[in-house]
Amino acid sequence: MYGALWRVLPGPVWLRILIVLALVAVVLFALVSWVFPWVDSLLGPQEGTVGP
Amino acid sequence: MTSFETRPRRPRRRRRRVSVVGVIGELLITAGVLVLLFLGWQIWWNNLVVSGQQTKAAAQQSQKWIDDALKAPKAAPDTKPAQADPPVMAKPAPYEPFAVIYVPRLGPGWKRTIRQTVDVERVLNSYTAGVGHYIDSQLPGQVGNFAVAGHDSGWGNTFIDLSKLRIGDRIYVQTKDGWYTYVFRNFEFVQPSAVQVLLPVPRQPQATPTDRLMTITTCNPPFHAGERLIAYNVFQSFAPPQDVPSEIAAAVGQGG
Repeated sequence: MYGALWRVLPGPVWLRILIVLALVAVVLFALVSWVFPWVDSLLGPQEGTVGP
Repeated sequence: MTSFETRPRRPRRRRRRVSVVGVIGELLITAGVLVLLFLGWQIWWNNLVVSGQQTKAAAQQSQKWIDDALKAPKAAPDTKPAQADPPVMAKPAPYEPFAVIYVPRLGPGWKRTIRQTVDVERVLNSYTAGVGHYIDSQLPGQVGNFAVAGHDSGWGNTFIDLSKLRIGDRIYVQTKDGWYTYVFRNFEFVQPSAVQVLLPVPRQPQATPTDRLMTITTCNPPFHAGERLIAYNVFQSFAPPQDVPSEIAAAVGQGG
């Protein structure tokens, strides 16, 4: 899977490494911005309030 | 399958086949890395970010109220007797930031904005708040119970050190009207359903309130939501906006 991705990338090795780093940055940004907060909201109440 | 076998095969040049097991393995490794990343985010990174942002927002709000008071035309001093009751604000609208809370025991620069309601998304998890006010409880300085809530762990670790309070510790609540000083009295550990702690006289629905109390609720133990930790505080004194209490004078406006 990742091997196939590597082979699909164009250019010399240094360019491929740059592209991979950029992709990783995009994925991390998406995770921190949207995915992790959403998962956290599914993990049950942690709000510290009292209520019925 | 036969059609696959009879298909004319093109010569492959050193091309590894993507195996099913290989892809499953890589997916599993990816899933493991994602879980570790999530834990790192939840326990460390998100708390750093949220805590920093909330402190910054509280510092700016705090400084703004002080500046507003300094700019405002001075009311004639000494017109009010020293023993007068503290001012009580009108009920804030939902989500309105109406106070900043300082708890020196939680750290020298510890401060958070208090907003109306205890809504999780819009108040407790907010980058600009962190502490929420139970909308039906009383307001700072009012006779009865000024009740607020905050996270214990996660989303800024608001009250993770609340259990370190010692009897006599001061808690300062700043509004546009000035500084309300409360003194920590005692803890109570309760079930999450124990709404009686929010009553004007906590746990006594029939009683008529005479004291000015403040109640802080948070989760207990850290990283669990099994119980609630309640900290009761008693009103001590009021000071106008420009008279910053000396204990937190160095912390006010810092972190903005």
